[in-house]
Amino acid sequence: MTGGEEKYAIVRLFHVYRSYGPKNALVDITLDIYKNEFLFISGPSGAGKTTLLKLLYIAEPVSDGQILVDGMNLSRIPRKKIPFLRRNFGIVFQDYKLIPTKTVYENVSLVLEAKGQKQRMIQKKVNSVLRTVGMEQRLNALPPSLSGGEQQRVAIARAVVGDPKIILADEPTGSLDTESAGFIFNLLKGFHTRGTTVVIATHDRELIRKSGGRVVNLNAGRLIETSDI
Amino acid sequence: MRLYLKRAIQDIRQNRFLNAVTIITIALSILIVSSFALFFINTSDLMNTWREGVRIMVYLMPATPAAEIPGLQKKMLGMYGVHEVRFISRDDALKQLRGQMRRQSALLENLKENPLPDGFEVRMIDASRNWEKIEKLAVQIEDLPQVEEVEYGRKWLGRFTNIFNLFTLAGYGLGALFFVAAVFFVANTIRLVLYTRRDEIEIMRLVGAEDQFIKIPFYIEGIIQGALGGIIGLLLLFIVFLAISSNVAQDFTAGPFQIRFLPLHILFSIISSSMIVGWLGCLVSLKQFLKP
Repeated sequence: MTGGEEKYAIVRLFHVYRSYGPKNALVDITLDIYKNEFLFISGPSGAGKTTLLKLLYIAEPVSDGQILVDGMNLSRIPRKKIPFLRRNFGIVFQDYKLIPTKTVYENVSLVLEAKGQKQRMIQKKVNSVLRTVGMEQRLNALPPSLSGGEQQRVAIARAVVGDPKIILADEPTGSLDTESAGFIFNLLKGFHTRGTTVVIATHDRELIRKSGGRVVNLNAGRLIETSDI
Repeated sequence: MRLYLKRAIQDIRQNRFLNAVTIITIALSILIVSSFALFFINTSDLMNTWREGVRIMVYLMPATPAAEIPGLQKKMLGMYGVHEVRFISRDDALKQLRGQMRRQSALLENLKENPLPDGFEVRMIDASRNWEKIEKLAVQIEDLPQVEEVEYGRKWLGRFTNIFNLFTLAGYGLGALFFVAAVFFVANTIRLVLYTRRDEIEIMRLVGAEDQFIKIPFYIEGIIQGALGGIIGLLLLFIVFLAISSNVAQDFTAGPFQIRFLPLHILFSIISSSMIVGWLGCLVSLKQFLKP
């Protein structure tokens, strides 16, 4: 975030709880995520990082508390509006979640087709994004034929092709070698530089240390501390 | 729409086996239902041909004066549903009998007097050629004092009509049953397809696809399955029809009756119903599968 800008909380969580039966996955989380922020959600496995991200794009409901995304209260959002809310996010999943029967191009273009954009526009945008992530040569490849790093690059292309306000990346470098992880991280940094809010859930302390930015630490579902690196 | 159609065709190609199973199921259901339709149409034609030949023969009392004949004829002509009343004198009747008996006509030579009564041949208008109306008219004529006996032959036609009506009812019932069964089969197949593609559907939802974006290709898929199933079912029926009609036709087509295949409007109705089956099957399974 640049110093002179006024902070605008694009995501706000107020006393958010998420429980699965008797087990609490998130306990009393109150947090603001600011526009154009580069934020890490850190913590050990099972700390609630992925759950917290899932609550933002309503893959799961909150058990208690309120979440506002760009002014929209997620508890009050009608079911029909959920797809439109999700278009605010570009989601990079831990397991990539690419459709194995669709080509790289088709996986990325799906986001724009779902938005009802014209084919010419889609072609232009998808090609441009795939060029940015260095996958323009593998347009017609199917995901199973790609390496982990390549799949993650396609996943990032899919996440950013719709010009989202916020990128949510869940362990984006988790299963990658150092070189691929560095490339992916630089890509995310690049999108942040161009004005996108980036939220990364990771347990990779080294990655956090190198990057700079605000870090939110979770442990056993509780927010332990928030710090700037 | 082109995008949805492209996706639907792509889906069909990717799930060839499941789609083939659905199409065959629909085709068999259509074959059974349309067999009933074919039977009804031809039976109905046959009955209409028979009905056209139906007439009421009215035999008069032996002592009926000739002066009363025109009045009686006029009275019958005035009855509802009567098209034509033709007087047949006892002499004409004997002549006709002789003509019909030909070789045995010698038997009639020894008759001292004509035993046949004067009579009328009554023909009905088209709308009155059903069994109930014929019977009603016959009773009305029989009530006339000069009439000794009324014969409207082919009483079996009434019984046959009842059996035919029973079959029609059973046909409707079976048709409805097969319709529901076909919807059920399509729904199950689509559910299997949806199940194998649940991850893909989940991904689409997560990247912001509306339910319509996910559903429409499936609807198109269902409609294509229905159309193909309907066409294949009717083609099978046509092959069976060609094989059977060449043998059966010879027995029936001696008269004016001709065995025929389903008319065009029925073919279109069957294919449309089949498409509705495909669409309904999708609707049912998508409703269950895409619950929030």
